Amino acid sequence: MTQRPTLPAGPGVGYKPQHYSAIMSDPGSVDWLEIHAENYMGAGGRPIAQLRHLAERFPVSVHGVGLSIGGEGRLDADHLDRLKHLCDWLNPASFSEHLAWSTHDGAFLNDLLPLPYTQATLQRVADHIDEVQTTLGRQMLLENPSSYLAFAESEMSETAFLRDLTRRTGCGLLLDVNNVFVSATNLNMDAQAYVADFPMESVGELHLGGHDEDHDDHGAPLLIDSHGREVADPVWALLDDVLARTGPAPLLIEWDTEVPEWPILAAEAARARRALSRAPRRVAA
Amino acid sequence: MTITDQTQFRTALLQPDAPTPETLLDGLGRPAGRRFSVYRNNVAVALTEALIDGFPACHILLGDQTFRAMAGQFLRQHPPDSPVMAQFGAALPAFLDTAPQLARMRWIGDLARLEMALRDSYHAADATPLSGEALAAIPPAELGETRFGLAPALRLVTSDWPILSIWRRALDPSRPVAARRPEAVLIARPDFDPVPHLLAPGDDVFVTSLCDGATLGDAAEVAAKATPEHDPTAILTLLMQTRSLTGPKDTT
Repeated sequence: MTQRPTLPAGPGVGYKPQHYSAIMSDPGSVDWLEIHAENYMGAGGRPIAQLRHLAERFPVSVHGVGLSIGGEGRLDADHLDRLKHLCDWLNPASFSEHLAWSTHDGAFLNDLLPLPYTQATLQRVADHIDEVQTTLGRQMLLENPSSYLAFAESEMSETAFLRDLTRRTGCGLLLDVNNVFVSATNLNMDAQAYVADFPMESVGELHLGGHDEDHDDHGAPLLIDSHGREVADPVWALLDDVLARTGPAPLLIEWDTEVPEWPILAAEAARARRALSRAPRRVAA
Repeated sequence: MTITDQTQFRTALLQPDAPTPETLLDGLGRPAGRRFSVYRNNVAVALTEALIDGFPACHILLGDQTFRAMAGQFLRQHPPDSPVMAQFGAALPAFLDTAPQLARMRWIGDLARLEMALRDSYHAADATPLSGEALAAIPPAELGETRFGLAPALRLVTSDWPILSIWRRALDPSRPVAARRPEAVLIARPDFDPVPHLLAPGDDVFVTSLCDGATLGDAAEVAAKATPEHDPTAILTLLMQTRSLTGPKDTT
């Protein structure tokens, strides 16, 4: 029987094909890799061949960006089949997706779109997570979103919504620390209060990424989750608060647009390793 | 209370002049305003960039401004029907064929077909090619009766336009300007990189016959019917050199 690998409590990076040779020859601080599931759904060719080679050397996390778990409609059965096929042959250490929607009425919009937090959406998302976990035969992690706006009809906080989902479905959580900082800034919330209220016992992975700065109609700061630059210093500081609660955990650097040369990404991974080394080994109960 | 359903959200996303749904707010309870534009912009930019990546020669020859304008119209009429972005744009060639603004570039749809075929080939399944030894082991008298398989990454694109010459010149302006003539292009993937090859008249008929399961002899006969002077030696050599033959299937 094949054993299921686990993600090590060290630094990982989002894998980009242009870094293949560099990672294979000297991964530096990088202990594991994350791929976007949708980029590995072809029948063969270089993407699949490279992924097979990488998976022989590194634990791999499969991160879906297109399942539309927060969608109003049913999950796309074809897409769920593709995910199952990928997870079956790759046997990844983790599978995660987003608290967001991206497909509606058969059209895929290629963005992570927000949903209101109500009893009705809670039930819908819980049903979708059940379907995913049953189909894949494994626990999934659900990631907190970056928010640019709020819904008048929301009835509960995001942390309460996520906590209830873990209770109803047994899913784990992927805590994106940059998303917390972005959402807190954009929606006038306290990022530390969000972290204090987050159900850390369910966290199986952490994300860090860079954001851009813009302004809204009133001149208030509007941060954009662009994944196109280094992680901002206040996000590293917020990470320390998170790690004080979680202890060492799998920590991913995401850099998806304007992808840099490998040494720059490797330096972010090295900084992640230093942050992890400061985390308490034993977390106070 | 009004509920923002996803139909309303999606409609506002794809129509730049549509109003922002009024239940969307900022952190202080004021209308979301241009905060909604972040999502609107993300959707348009992500899908447009996917088309630019997928159709680089079309992007170069139409120019950035025209390509982005066409992409904006296309993605609103034909949003992706799957999250697998490698497949996005399959409907673009037909869209470009009939775009009234491009009536003076009638070849642009076929150029997009060539680029889509290159991308399909890149992601196609792997196959074990026929080795030179295995080919040599087939007795010459039986060769004509042999049915070979073809690699799944093989693609054939035919056009009334010099489509491969146009594609090459788009990516390398030092190439000569294409003479007006039809071209048939075979895309082969010897390892991981698809390479387009210009075919001689009759070769496309020959390859199509092999694809349909014909024996070598029958394919040569059909090709000779279409193009009397057709000699299958060159195309067979190309198929062997590019590791595009598999099999043989069976000889009965």
